[in-house]
Amino acid sequence: MRGLVIPSLLIIGWEIGSRAGVLPPDSTSRPSEIVRALVQALADGSLLRDTWLTFEAALLGFAIAGALGILLGAVLGLSPRTERTVGPSIEALRPIPAVALIPLALLVFGFGLRMEAAVVAFAALWPVLLVTVSAVRGVEPRLLELSRSLELSFSRQLVKIVLPAAFGRIAVGLRVALAISLVVAVTVEIVLNPRGLGHSMIAAQQAMRSDLMYAQLLWLGFVGWALNKVAQR
Amino acid sequence: MIAARNVGVSFSQRAALADISFDVPAGQFLCIVGPSGSGKTTLLRVLAGLIVPDAGEVAVDGKAVRGPARSRAIVFQDYTKALLPWRTVAGNVALGLEACGVPEPERSRRIETLLAKMGLGHCSGHYPAQLSGGMQQRVQIARALGQDPQLLLMDEPFGALDAITRQGLQDEVARIAAEQKTTVVFITHDLEEAIYLGDHVIVLASNPGRIAERITVDIPRPRSQLETREDPRFLDYRHRLFGLLKH
Repeated sequence: MRGLVIPSLLIIGWEIGSRAGVLPPDSTSRPSEIVRALVQALADGSLLRDTWLTFEAALLGFAIAGALGILLGAVLGLSPRTERTVGPSIEALRPIPAVALIPLALLVFGFGLRMEAAVVAFAALWPVLLVTVSAVRGVEPRLLELSRSLELSFSRQLVKIVLPAAFGRIAVGLRVALAISLVVAVTVEIVLNPRGLGHSMIAAQQAMRSDLMYAQLLWLGFVGWALNKVAQR
Repeated sequence: MIAARNVGVSFSQRAALADISFDVPAGQFLCIVGPSGSGKTTLLRVLAGLIVPDAGEVAVDGKAVRGPARSRAIVFQDYTKALLPWRTVAGNVALGLEACGVPEPERSRRIETLLAKMGLGHCSGHYPAQLSGGMQQRVQIARALGQDPQLLLMDEPFGALDAITRQGLQDEVARIAAEQKTTVVFITHDLEEAIYLGDHVIVLASNPGRIAERITVDIPRPRSQLETREDPRFLDYRHRLFGLLKH
């Protein structure tokens, strides 16, 4: 409860300051207006539709990153030789900021879901990949000897031994990747992809609807928090 | 059955095993005993195919060992690390059968038989962490037997268990090996355990690991924890080999 004191005071001060004309009206809507815009955007379905569009891209990109990251990570973690061959290429790609790939993704995929998911996948791949490599390397060597002595094929070794043994740590990487996915999806939408929450925010801002923009920001914060809660289970 | 010829293994220039040669006829029980650092475990891993020797060769049934094979089952000493903690007892035993491609209705039947044989019937749904060390080691043995191995390789399997549990398991392994006519290579640092279980005992010496002595144990089976250990032949073997294990 003590934690609520500061936000409450700020919101009250904001509302009063805004009504008294102390705060610039263009960039700071009144909290009461923001709440009204939020309720309206929820009621007419536009907010939920945008949320779904953003989620669609974020989750698709996340799924690609997760599958690719786990598979590649397992191969690299199990085979030091492959790691030595492929590792440097990965290290060269990794520092590229995902958003710097937006122009390229646009060129390849055009506007829409696929280009957004591709950028998300690139950004979310690294935490999954790196965590999986180290988790697989940390798998009890006895278990790997066991699977060798049972002559398990690579894929059965992966499914029966390695991934279950490493899953606890891989899950950490997936959680980080999920959070990144949402951030990158919104970023791509704000920068140029005409869909989803990010695009609606930039549209509201350009239409001088700062009340709606704040409402969307508030909603995005809630969505991010909820996604994180879901991922922690 | 097993023919080891001049086997040598080095780790970064240091010889761990040198010039090891021995034969084990099919169905016989060989115990390898030695002080720590004598390369016992390395030798077992060579037999398993997990290590390729730098010199010499091991052949099983006339075929050179080039890598691990399901026909050679391993029971590791550290059972807590060698069982799958996310699988139940039945699931752990199932692993060996899955690897051998035993289909489902038969698999369940075999699991039941194996669990009954190892006295694990009542805890098939338990997880390894819920079991005592002795029970966990039984699970590992049951899994190994599920592979239907020609050769059972046991790496100090009872080294971490208390004396009473250990004696019980010794008798069970001896009984099962006799029943199934499995060839067994059993690593231990306990001389009495080696004599009690073995048809043959090889004593290793350290630096580099080499064969110091080999004996054939001429005590009839089934053996008994009480009488066999008081048998004058048992004591005689013990006297002969004891000095070799001092550092």
